[in-house]
Amino acid sequence: MFSFCADPATIDGFVWFTCYVTTGKHMAFYLSFGVVLVLLALAAPAALLFGFAGALACRSRLVVVRVLGQGYITMVRGIPDIAFFLFVPVALDQAFEFLRHKMLCGDMTGSVWRGNEFLVCDAAKLPLGSSPQWVHEFYGFMLALLAFAVVFGAFAGNTLRGAMRAVPEPQLQAAAAFGMTRRQVFWRVLLPQMWVYALPGLSNLWMILVKATPLLFLLGVEDVVYWARELGGSKTSAHSYPHDDWRLWYFLALLVFYLAITWFSERFFAKLMTRFSYGQATLGSLEVTR
Amino acid sequence: MKKIILGAVVAMFAATGAIADTIRLGTEGAYEPWNFVNDAGKLDGFEIELGNELCKRASLTCEWVKNDWDSIIPNLKSGNYDAIIAGMSITEERQKVIDFTSEYYPADPSAFVGLAGASAAATNGVVAAQTATIQAGYVASSSATLVEFATPDETIAAVRNGEADAVLADRGYLQPIVEESNGQLVFVGDSVQIGGGVGMGMRKSDGALRAKLDAAIASVKSDGTLNKMIAKWFGADAPKF
Repeated sequence: MFSFCADPATIDGFVWFTCYVTTGKHMAFYLSFGVVLVLLALAAPAALLFGFAGALACRSRLVVVRVLGQGYITMVRGIPDIAFFLFVPVALDQAFEFLRHKMLCGDMTGSVWRGNEFLVCDAAKLPLGSSPQWVHEFYGFMLALLAFAVVFGAFAGNTLRGAMRAVPEPQLQAAAAFGMTRRQVFWRVLLPQMWVYALPGLSNLWMILVKATPLLFLLGVEDVVYWARELGGSKTSAHSYPHDDWRLWYFLALLVFYLAITWFSERFFAKLMTRFSYGQATLGSLEVTR
Repeated sequence: MKKIILGAVVAMFAATGAIADTIRLGTEGAYEPWNFVNDAGKLDGFEIELGNELCKRASLTCEWVKNDWDSIIPNLKSGNYDAIIAGMSITEERQKVIDFTSEYYPADPSAFVGLAGASAAATNGVVAAQTATIQAGYVASSSATLVEFATPDETIAAVRNGEADAVLADRGYLQPIVEESNGQLVFVGDSVQIGGGVGMGMRKSDGALRAKLDAAIASVKSDGTLNKMIAKWFGADAPKF
């Protein structure tokens, strides 16, 4: 990056270190912190959406919808997360390619599953074989995001379902007495009051989501853990900046990063809890209104 | 809102585009000097240079994909890429699931490396190796205790911190590490010849691509380009064709 870094073999000490932390590889490392934050920013609302859908389904009057909602929440909570993180991206990818194969590959005979290979014609691959690598990586990231949303959505759904039930019944009855329809009671009375009961569980879930972001690494996405391991490993002179095993320092940096996220999250949720506690019949609201 | 969702679904299914003659090559990116990620963040190494040359000779466009060693064969079979070029030795066990091109690197002897002062008895103690390699299979069937790691440099770290008495890996990988360890790491015991040469792994159904790559490999062998590349990356006394 700097002009004095052109020949790493001739520099040492602090200058070497400056050049070392500004190589292209390290830039990719710094960018991966952004990838993790983007994943968090997208996965949390997506999980909340899935959870909301699940909780709503559990309250439905139709048996089929109710069973679907309860089944989703129970099964995904009960089966080990790692099974979903490994299964969902692969299964979805194959499902999309299978559908495209049916539509686009009329001339290919035989099943797509041949022995232990999954074969679709070139036009049906998603993304296409001719697409640049960044398209593939973006697609992989999106599948990972979907897997996160599905898994954490079940936990969010359980929290929201419990919170919806915790809203005092008299509130809903009073709303009904005023002539509000079921839908109006739900959106205007139940939902705003539900948050104070949902927030402790949801903030807990957020912290678990933050801790789970290194699972991206399992899915082949180049996240912070991938780069920390890659950069930290001892390097021979095949590289321009040979060094010993520095993984401890890189993982310490990750520790600081995750602790910083935790600290900011704690402060944010405390503020949110204060705001939602106004006028509620909870112990927390007494501390707020005084 | 409905139109946006519908549009996205249609776009996903309609996207075909021009399918050029592009193949995707999968590699590990953690096995110097075969394939590694250089300081600019790009894939580099003997196999990257060889792969680009083979693609030029076979008139193909090549995209490089990095994939962890553990899932490199399963991801080949599900179509994430079209060929594996990652220092993979040709063995009968692997031949059962995938096909190989002809070899582009002669069978490399595998060597044991231990800390300075270790005797040949270290090769019968706790030996570290990378998972799913021929070296791991060799140690498992010998009298030594096998400790497996996901990446090659974790196996070296294990020897350095005393977790393992020795590491068994390709001599070509261990040579530069031993030379640059300032005497801390030394070769112990004898080298062993395990497995055949190194070839590119392909799906069994991809016979046409294999034929193209075989022709390209024969071409780089016959005009001496391959030997020059081997000498460049592995030193003058590396095995050649």
